Amino acid sequence: MELPLLHLALVGTPNSGKTSLFNALTGSRQKVANYPGVTVERKEGFFVTPLGRQVSVVDLPGTYSLRGRSPDEEITRDFVLGKASGETMPDLVLCVADATNLRLTIRLLLELKRTGRPMILVLNMFDIATRRGINVDVERLAKELDVPVVTSIAVRKGGTADLLQLTDEISSKLAAELRENSWRALSVSELRATQREADRIIADCVSLPASPDTLTARIDAIVLHPVGGLIVLALILFVMFQAVFAWAQPLMELLNSGFDALGELVHNTLPAGLLQSFLQNGVISGVGSVIVFLPQIIIIFLFILLLEDFGYMARAAFLMDRIMGGAGLHGRAFIPLLSSFACAIPGIMATRVIDNKRDRLTTILIAPLMTCSARIPVYTLIISAFIPARDVWGFINLQGLVMFGLYATGIASALLVSFVIKFFMLRDYAPAPFMLELPDYKVPQLKSIAIGIYTRAKMFLQRAGTTIFSMMVLIWFLASFPQPPAGATEPAIDFSLAAIIGKALEPLLAPVGFNWQIAVALIPGMAAREVAVAALGTVYAIEGGKEAAEQIGQVLATKWSLATALSMLAWYIFAPQCASTLAVIRRETGSWAWMAVTFTYMLLLAYAASLVTYNVAVALGAG
Amino acid sequence: MTDTNDTRSQMPLGLAQRGYTGVIQHLSAREAGSALSDIELESRLIELGFVEGARVEVLHEGLVGRDPIAVRVDNITIAVRRREAMAIIVA
Ligand SMILES: Nc1nc2c(ncn2[C@@H]2O[C@H](COP(=O)(O)OP(=O)(O)OP(=O)(O)O)[C@@H](O)[C@H]2O)c(=O)[nH]1
Ligand SMILES: [Mg+2]
Repeated sequence: MELPLLHLALVGTPNSGKTSLFNALTGSRQKVANYPGVTVERKEGFFVTPLGRQVSVVDLPGTYSLRGRSPDEEITRDFVLGKASGETMPDLVLCVADATNLRLTIRLLLELKRTGRPMILVLNMFDIATRRGINVDVERLAKELDVPVVTSIAVRKGGTADLLQLTDEISSKLAAELRENSWRALSVSELRATQREADRIIADCVSLPASPDTLTARIDAIVLHPVGGLIVLALILFVMFQAVFAWAQPLMELLNSGFDALGELVHNTLPAGLLQSFLQNGVISGVGSVIVFLPQIIIIFLFILLLEDFGYMARAAFLMDRIMGGAGLHGRAFIPLLSSFACAIPGIMATRVIDNKRDRLTTILIAPLMTCSARIPVYTLIISAFIPARDVWGFINLQGLVMFGLYATGIASALLVSFVIKFFMLRDYAPAPFMLELPDYKVPQLKSIAIGIYTRAKMFLQRAGTTIFSMMVLIWFLASFPQPPAGATEPAIDFSLAAIIGKALEPLLAPVGFNWQIAVALIPGMAAREVAVAALGTVYAIEGGKEAAEQIGQVLATKWSLATALSMLAWYIFAPQCASTLAVIRRETGSWAWMAVTFTYMLLLAYAASLVTYNVAVALGAG
Repeated sequence: MTDTNDTRSQMPLGLAQRGYTGVIQHLSAREAGSALSDIELESRLIELGFVEGARVEVLHEGLVGRDPIAVRVDNITIAVRRREAMAIIVA
């Protein structure tokens, strides 16, 4: 007899390990990190229990109550109460607790009980609790709460065995347990009473060690020191960008020469003609010029993932709070903005943790100004071609320093834009509160770091294979057709559609120092930022003709003035060159207008920044 | 948690210095001047564990205006701005 699918839901306070548990149960690879508010979406996965029961489990954003104060908490509330359209209530709620820190979860559990759903309390992170000498009387806890209790270690193999077994036991007698949903939002006094009750139960069932863990406090004494903490933060960012250049170089050169050899092979084996040109100029020079940046992407993510898993992110938010508050940003805006260093899309999604609508909107509008990883290829290409790789003051790599400057400019302009928005548009603004749990530090999980990097690398290569590749086909086509008339003396590309389009746009972009090749590259570059690198690779490869098997960087160094290069860097700090980001802004704000606003303001800023940069550079003799 | 000396005068946690330890006496959202409504602020504070009788310690403070503060509440650490911490009366 086939039993119906069993529906589980993972509910719990933020950062209690719900997603880790979800990944352990279903073999998924959802994002896990050591700060509250990582999960902002509902994710469903499937598994089979040891006794063969088919189970669907839903991972939900963490929440302290069912009140639903912010968009992410609403998702959890609606799912648990069965309010989400087309959803049934879960058959069994797994209330996930951080076993080292039960107060808030037990209170949440007491609130959840009113929904009448069958429930299990999962004491996760039991390894840490054991190591710290925290003693939980599981049986007594289960009796006092009248809820089955099980321990788990989500990040260890087999750490969910007890939970699976209990699920099997309980699921066979679920129907008998259904009770009515009597939940309604708790009043302040009910809330207080529930917390009291929770504290009483904990006092009965949990014994803390005589000497508490002080490692986190000792690290924080340095990391959260008013002055020292800011120095540490600056140092971390600084080392990160130095590393991007210093460590990635050998690997990049390897990839570069690999693609060069490949191009040469194609050139030598295929007969001259369209196919040869397509493979050599379109595919290898175009897509290849983006793929060589893979090592740098990996290094950036290695740093970000390590910091996230260690537990540093919430500290950085603490340190930056007043500075961000001065720019009119919500305290919770820091983590979404930090995620935007990877990519603006998860960053914009992460703004769901912000409860105030206007604060959320402001954060969404400025998130694309944070330097996302798609800008890395553009920045590094230009920096490597124009900025000498020498050390200043003996130990600082000048290229890394310029990169650091570009990131800093991105951050500064985001703060500035936020300030302007608050000042002119949302005048009746009162500073939103900042309340954030600072989780204990944890040793980063090697496996989750590896998975994180793998996922990122895969995404990058997938983009290279899809978006970038298809744009490359387009560019190659535009740059190759129509073919020059017989006997023409000018370079073939001058007759192509690309040259016609580029030259039509040139007058518009000439004031900022862009030539027609850049103009052509910027149009498909609207799809994704890296495309511009690939497009330049293709256009210059076709223009260079057969003998030019040079790398794109070297070509740029001879064809562009320093002023043009700097202007291009300035352009890329601001320009809205990413269609997916705009699409997500539309979805998250639910409005085409805000998408248009973002696009316009970024484009205007880009033009203005490039105009100033170019003219100042020319005036200083870099033209 | 009854060993606090009654002689210590009550004060808002928002005025406490780094290193201060005490026990929460009551919450008084009205005096905080937060952007949140009184009920909302009080609910949030309770949800983060700031209830009467809880032991608090100010562990860290920020650079500008010594704000925000990191407060140990029983065995978790919460970052709050001083403005919101004004609602927490300790002694
Ligand atoms: N040692 C140990 N670490 C764990 C365990 N479960 C989770 N973690 C770590 O705890 C942190 C938080 O885990 P997540 O799974 O992201 O927590 P979450 O509940 O999904 O968090 P939100 O999505 O923010 O609500 C991560 O750093 C995990 O590696 C566990 O059983 N043992
Ligand atoms: Mg999660």
